[in-house]
Formats: sequence, C-alpha cells, structure tokens
Amino acid sequence: MTKRVLTVDDSKTMLQMLQFALKQGGYEVIQGENGQEGLDLLDKHDVDVIISDINMPVMDGITFIKELRKQPKNKAIPVLILTTESSQAKKAEGRAAGATGWIVKPFDPAKLLEVIRKVSP
Amino acid sequence: MDDLQQFKQTFFQECEELLGDLEGHLMALQHGEGDSNTLNAVFRAIHSIKGGAGAFGFDRLVAFAHIFETVLDLMRDGRLQPEPDSVALVLHCADILSDLVRAAQSDSELPLQHEEEGRKALIALAATIGVNADPHAADDELAALDAELAAQAASVAPPEPAAEPEAPKAALLKYLVKFAPRDALYQRANEPLILIRELRQLGGFLAKADASTIPPLDQLKPEAAYIRWEFEIETDRGEQAIWDVFEFVTDDCDLEVTCLNPPAQAAAAPAAVTPAAAPAATPAIETPKPAAAANPAPKSPPVAAPMQQQAAPQQAVPQAAGAAGAGPAGAGAAGGEAAKAVRSIRVDLDRVDKLVNMVGELVITHAMIAQQTEHLHADQHPELANGLAELSHHIRDLQESVMAMRAQPVKSVFARLPRLVRELATLTNKKIRLEMSGENTEIDKTVIEQLGDPLTHMIRNSADHGIESPEDRMAAGKPAEGLIHVSADQRGGRIVIEISDDGRGINREKVMKKAIEKKLVSADAVLSNEEIDNLIFLPGFSTADQVSNISGRGVGMDVVRQNIQALGGRVHIQSRPGHGSSFILTLPLTLAVLDGMVLKVGVQSYILPLANIVESLRPEGDQINVVANASQLLRIRGEYVPLVYLHRIFKVPGGIDDPTKALVIIVEMEDGSKMGLVVDEIIGQQQVVIKSLEENFDPIRGVGAATILGNGRVSLILDVAGIKYIAEHETHRPAAIALQGGKAQPGIALAAS
Amino acid sequence: MASYSEAQNQAGNQAGNQAANQAGRGSRTIQLISFTVGNEEYGVDIMAVREIRAWSETTPLPNTPEVVRGVINMRGAIVPIFDLRARFGMPRTEPTKYNVVIIVSVASRIVGILVDAVSDIITINEDEVRPMPEMEQVSGIGFMEGLITVGERMVGLIGLDRMFSGRMLEAAEMGQRPLLAGPSAESAGAA
Repeated sequence: MTKRVLTVDDSKTMLQMLQFALKQGGYEVIQGENGQEGLDLLDKHDVDVIISDINMPVMDGITFIKELRKQPKNKAIPVLILTTESSQAKKAEGRAAGATGWIVKPFDPAKLLEVIRKVSP
Repeated sequence: MDDLQQFKQTFFQECEELLGDLEGHLMALQHGEGDSNTLNAVFRAIHSIKGGAGAFGFDRLVAFAHIFETVLDLMRDGRLQPEPDSVALVLHCADILSDLVRAAQSDSELPLQHEEEGRKALIALAATIGVNADPHAADDELAALDAELAAQAASVAPPEPAAEPEAPKAALLKYLVKFAPRDALYQRANEPLILIRELRQLGGFLAKADASTIPPLDQLKPEAAYIRWEFEIETDRGEQAIWDVFEFVTDDCDLEVTCLNPPAQAAAAPAAVTPAAAPAATPAIETPKPAAAANPAPKSPPVAAPMQQQAAPQQAVPQAAGAAGAGPAGAGAAGGEAAKAVRSIRVDLDRVDKLVNMVGELVITHAMIAQQTEHLHADQHPELANGLAELSHHIRDLQESVMAMRAQPVKSVFARLPRLVRELATLTNKKIRLEMSGENTEIDKTVIEQLGDPLTHMIRNSADHGIESPEDRMAAGKPAEGLIHVSADQRGGRIVIEISDDGRGINREKVMKKAIEKKLVSADAVLSNEEIDNLIFLPGFSTADQVSNISGRGVGMDVVRQNIQALGGRVHIQSRPGHGSSFILTLPLTLAVLDGMVLKVGVQSYILPLANIVESLRPEGDQINVVANASQLLRIRGEYVPLVYLHRIFKVPGGIDDPTKALVIIVEMEDGSKMGLVVDEIIGQQQVVIKSLEENFDPIRGVGAATILGNGRVSLILDVAGIKYIAEHETHRPAAIALQGGKAQPGIALAAS
Repeated sequence: MASYSEAQNQAGNQAGNQAANQAGRGSRTIQLISFTVGNEEYGVDIMAVREIRAWSETTPLPNTPEVVRGVINMRGAIVPIFDLRARFGMPRTEPTKYNVVIIVSVASRIVGILVDAVSDIITINEDEVRPMPEMEQVSGIGFMEGLITVGERMVGLIGLDRMFSGRMLEAAEMGQRPLLAGPSAESAGAA
C-alpha cells in the first residue's frame, strides 16, 4: 500500500521539491501551507509520515506538532521537522514539541528518503 | 512538469560545477600532484552526481557512476594505486561521465556502447584486487568479499582508527550496543523496531531483549518504555554508522556502544597514529602493492580533534607517483578545505541583471542631473557640487560591486580544456601537456559564456598547427611532449588570456605567400613579422594544405577574431619560429558599461568606444590626398589613413562634407589598421550603459549596441569594424592601394576587397 | 512626450462596460483598440496594448528599411518603433505631435507601432470577425487576421504575432529588402 506523507511548508517551492522527491520514492503526498492546514488535513486523512517546516504563518511548526500530538490518533505518526543546519535551537525546540527527527535543508532527495525510512515502519 | 524541469536545471547546474572541479582534480592526478584529498574530492564529485542522477531517474548515468565510484573508493582507500594506467582510465571515465550528464541534460540518447568500454575497464581494474565492481553481482557477495579482504588486512596489521567516519570499508569489527529507550522516545513517535531494522542492515546481528522490567499488566503504562535491548553487531562500517542509526534518539535513550574486539592500537588510543605505529599501518593499507612500502611514514601529530582524525588515515594513503611524502601537508590541507567552504547564496541571474540595469539607470540619471546643473557655478552651489561628486563616487562603487556579482572565475571555461587537449593529442598522435594558470581570474558571466568557442578554436589551432609530432620535436631537440599553456590574468581594466604553445611557430614565408595568393596583401607589400603573423586572422585566409579534421572545420581564425571582437575584446598572435606561438586575448571586465566619446554627426549623436580612438584632429587641406578619384587619404606622420564619412555611411542628413571643417577621429581596428572617421564634432567623453539591440534586431552593421544619454535619448554605439566594412563595400575602393613610397601601412595594404 | 495612459484607462473602462452590456450574446468577446492609418481603420487586441503615447523623435537605425523608424527610450528599455503606413506600402508617415505610437507586447518583446490616430475601443464577439477574403496577388497582408464591420466602417484586425513573428520575417515578404535582416550585402549596397 502506498504510504502517504503530509508535507507542511509555507514555501511552495519547498513543497514542490518535497513532493517531487517523495514521489520518486513512491510516496503519496498531501500538502498544507501552515500548521492549521496541516491539522485540518490530518482530520481528513490518515498519513504515515509528517514533514513540517518550523517558521510558517498562521500556525508555526512547533505549535502544529504540539497540537497534533495531543490527538491520540496522531501520537505515533513520525514527524520530521525541516530545519537549517545552523538552527540547533530549533531542532531542540522541535524535539521538545514531539518531533521524531529532522531533515536538514537543503536536503538531497536520496537523503530525504533515507531519513523517512529511518523513522517509518 | 515545470518544477521538475527547474530541479533538473539545478541538478545540471550543480553537475556542471562538479565536473568543472573534477577536471581540476584530475589534472592534478595526471600530473602526479594528486593526494588523498584529491581522490576524495573526485570520489565526492562522482558520488554527488550519482545521487542527483538517481533522484531524476537517469539510470544509465547512475549505473556508470556507481562502478566509477566503486573504483575511486578503492583508490582513495589505497587499495588501488593511482598508477598512470589507472589514472588514465579515471580521466577517460570522467569524460564518459560528463558525456552521460550532457546526454541526460539534452535528453538525448548516446549509443549504448558509449560507456561500455570504460565500464568494462573499470570492472577489470577492480577485479585485479578481487573486488567485483559490477552492480549486477549480488550486493551480499560484494560485501562478503570486502569483509574478507578487510579481515585479511586486519590480520596483517591493525586497521584504521575505528572512529573514522569517512571510512565505509573499515575492518570487520564486533560491537556491543546497549540500548535503553526512555518514555520520551515513544512520545516522539520513534520506534525501536525500526531502529533495530536499521541496525541489522549494518551486518551480522544478534539481539537480546530484556523484558524483565515490564510490570504486571495492571500497572503497565501503555506509553512508557520498559524493554531494553542488547545487540551484538559485526560490521565493517565503523562505530559511527551505529551512532548514525540512533541519530534522532540519542537524547531519548541510554546508549552505549563498545567494540568487543578492538585492534590493539585502535583500542589504546583510536587516534594514536604515532610514528612508531605508522609503519605498521602503512603496509596494511598497501597490501596489494608491497613494493610501495618504502613510503615515508606519515608524520601525523597526536590526533584529538575530529578534523584531524579524518586527516590521519588519509595521510596513510600512498601518494601518487612522484609526489613523495606529502604527509605533513595532510592535516593542513584538510583544515584548508574546511576553511574554503565559502559562504554563498545562489541568486537567480535575472535578479542580478535587474540590479545591473537599475544601476545603469542610476548612471544615466546621474549624467542627466550633472548635465542639467552644468551651467551652475560650483562656488555658488557648493553642496550641490559636492553632493554630485559624492553621488558619482558612490555610483561607481555600486556599479563595481554589482558587476562583481556577475563575475565568474574563468575556471568554468578552462575546465573543459584538459579533455579537449587529451582528445586532440589522441587525434593528432601527439603528446601534449596542458598547463593552466590564473583560473580564478574573474570575468563577466556573459563573456565567460561566449569565450568557450574561440578558446577551443585557438587550442585546436595550437595542437594541430603549433605542436609538432613527437619525432619532429625530438629531432628539433625538444622534449617529445609538447606544452600548451593557458593563462588568465587581470591587467588594468582588462582581462588578458594567453594561449601559448612551444611548437614550431608560424611559418611566415608560407603565410605571406598564401596572403598574396589570396590577394589579401599586395605582392610588394613590406610587412613586419608581427603583421605577417596576424594575417591569419584575415577573413578568407586559411592555410588550405593544412586543413585537417581538427582545426580546419571551415571555421577560420577570422571567426575567432570576430567572436572576440563581439565581446569587446582583441586578439593577436605572437610567434617565434621554432619556439612556439602565443595567442593573446584581451577582454573587457564587463560588458555592461563602456567608456565612450559622444560624437555629433548631422542631427544625430553616436558613441564611439574610447578603446578604438587613437587621436582626433582637424586636418589641413594639404594633408588630404585623393586616390583613384574617390577615396580620400589623410596623411599623418608619414602614414596614409583612409577617410570614412560617418554621415555618408549612416546616411545622416546635415553632416559636414569638408574634412578641414569637420573633425577626423583616427580609430584603430583590431588588426592594427587605421581609419579616419569624419564627424562634425566631439561633444564629450562619457561612461555609458550598454543596451543590446539584438533582442529586436539582427545585428546592424556599424552599430554595436545602444545606450541612453543624459537627455533621455537613445544613442547608438559605433562598431568601427562594421563601419569599415560598409565603407569598403559601398564605395569601390581598390583592394590594395599601391603605396607611393613610405612605410607599408596595414590599414591600406590589408584592405580586403 | 506625454503619455496617454489615462486615456487608455478610460478606454479600458469603456471597453469593460461594453463587454458587460454585450455579455451572454454569443461566444467569447474580444476588445480591440482601433486606429487610423490614412483613410483606413485597423484594430489590435487590447490585451497586447501596453501604452499609447504621442509621437516623439526616434533615434534612427542606420541602413534599415523604411518601416523601421528607429528606437526610443521607454523607462530605460530600448523600444523599436515601426511605421505602419510604410508597412502597408505607402510612403513613410510624416509624423506630427498628433501622431500616436501604440506600444504593444508581442511574444515577450515590446515594440511600438506608429499610426495616425487612435479612434475607438471596439468590443465584439469573436464570431463577428470575418476571415480575410481570398485576394489574388495581394502580398504583405499575411498579418491580417480578419475583418470586422462596425456600423458602416470596416476595421482590419491585425495579428500582432503574425506581423512581428520571428524577426519580422513576415514583414519581409512585402518589401524588396529584407526587413531587419540586418545590413546584408544587398541592403547595404542598394543605396
């Protein structure tokens, strides 16, 4: 069965890059442009992995992760945050909120798939 | 699929950079100057290309890169020696790889056998040390073989430090991993089972789960962590690979990794490659070639920092032949590499160009304000005058900074040359060595893009006509291997690129004969050596009996000159018979601005590039001679310069017809010939922003580009070569005017019909 | 040098109103700016029009065909101006300040066409455009997309893409000299 990945980022380019890389890896992709959209999508869809940016309008990634972890059905979904190498603090913050791991931007598609494999069954 | 195209574009852009870097490293290898860092860099470049290619499904590229990478990995590990043959193969395969990249880029299919030979040679090379580089062979088999080899090596001598993160093929070692997840691990949706799955991929595996801490069911908290694990892993990937598996959870568990069978040295101090230990380590790595054991022991300092840990094993890699004992440089080089990581961002070229345009507008606006305030006295408006002066200064600075953004090192063009020379050497059965210098000299991107063809052509010319066959060279007492040196340098406001060879030089007798045959010069013309040499740039000149499939592809040096001129550059050749020739190219730093003279002709004004102007004068009547009842020649200091009336050439009404009342500007062509351009007056000197007309028009002869003057009007920038062409083709001037005494004047003598 | 962009705005509104009035009558409506060249009236798609400006002196390009009036500076961009009258095989326009240059964008290029005067905004249904009648030996009208009847008037619809296709190759077919093909030996030598 095709696995579904929810990608949340306010940058359309990043969303497209992710989508492209993920489709190459055989994943189905749904997209939200901020945390709120991400939560709405989670209400409607079951997903296997979530990839989220941190800095986003409306609802940022940290809040998004905290919120989604509050719902039992989302507790076990691996969440990867998109971060830049320099932001160790963001990594820590993301982890504190309940992120499973992180992807360092700019990512290379192979690395992305590798990381997903590392957190998803 | 626009995005896909965009990603692809990024990928190919990156490939281009990687391949460019690759050429540089390969050159070093070829010259025996490569070290372990070089091999590492080559490996990484191929690896990156493979990675990207995989993402886009360029399977053929991936397949070839994979085998290539395998062999390079063996080389950087020191298991394969970078001997001349294998280096030659690497060079060849790099060419193939770049072909495959370009084929992928242009969406074209190369013949299937294109990479076949290289592929087989790579597999054969790997097979010499018992490694199967063929991806079709089972991975397990390969791994087993690797492990076996590593084990053999390990039994001879201790392997590299275990913590070496870059060594994927370290010895097979057994580790004990104690892993006790905490609650937080589960709360973050990490899954021990996945981690275990990943661990298993590392190698031989034994797992023990300790479930003793699981409480009775009624006390069990479903989200708490109870089970702990112990794993025994036998892997050749090093300890770091184990830590990598736990990357996301190291803070959420208790984790211990210990090596169960540490090699003596490594256990004592993983980094202690002491001088005493090193000799022991060296043969281990060099097992396939014991003869090289005489390599000097790496003098590595006691290693503590991770950076140095990385450097230490690299030093142990045998150096390429000829580069004896580069050991001590190892750590320094590694440090340098880290420092070299330039902080940069990728900016869309359109944005830079927009900026360039805006600055151009600023220059124009400034000129306009300056013009409007010209009549005001500086004493009465000191602030205005100061302000304007300062503004001018700032604009210059801004302009330079912006232009610098468009500048690129010529390296990107030079990078293609090694391959070209290799191919030319093969084609001509000559031995040719290429040396390059000044690759980091920066020129405007547009110039760089246009430079490739002329450069290629000149090198072809050097390789084909300049460099002699090895036999001829030996006979002439020269080394069998010819040398082509390509250099770039900034001198003043221009870039000078020189392509010199140590070949036979120009056969002036032959060139002269040909030029007379082709009626490019009159039979009795007396030309200096340099003038003769530069005849090869004349249209219609081609040394037909030397036409070969290399440089005689119907494109002559005149086209090279045209291309260079189109870039605002100049080219000429210097030659010493028997010793070689040099093409010398000078190019403007930027194409965006130009120092020009504003001229008035009738109702129009034009810009004449300052670079073309020799002098201007208002001639006396007796300086003008009429020849053949039509052409006027201006006699100036014993030279005769043909007069060309700009208003006639461009059919501008109202231009002055009497040269003694007008102004003559002596301009010099690229070939050294001169022309007296008759205009009404000179308005002044000005820096102008070049605006291309070609977006809307095919080239207009006599007009190079356009600009906008301070008054907002468009003004055309003159192209003197084009004007000369019109002058020669519209009036029926004799091809070569016999000179009545006096020095031979190329401007006349060489006038083509 | 006064720009008539306000006029264009008004025109745009007017066109919008007309479009609203006529909406639903047929297929797609199109809006044209019509202008006169001599006694004839022509139109171009309003969507392509960027600006309408009064004639200002151009910088002539040497040794180019009659139809090329030269170039002007439009906010830093160099825009070529073509003389439509000359394009139709008539003598060049003797421009006065009442002449008008319509700046249009064609295939990502910006060019200006010199006409006598702008006359109207016309909103019509696409199906009201009559195809050009077959005419024998009338060369140089390949850029005409069709004819429109507005009241008593006949308006020729100019296909800008066709008129400025490539490097005005289309235009070249009428003239003796290749238009904008550069100063080839023939054109340079002709005069």
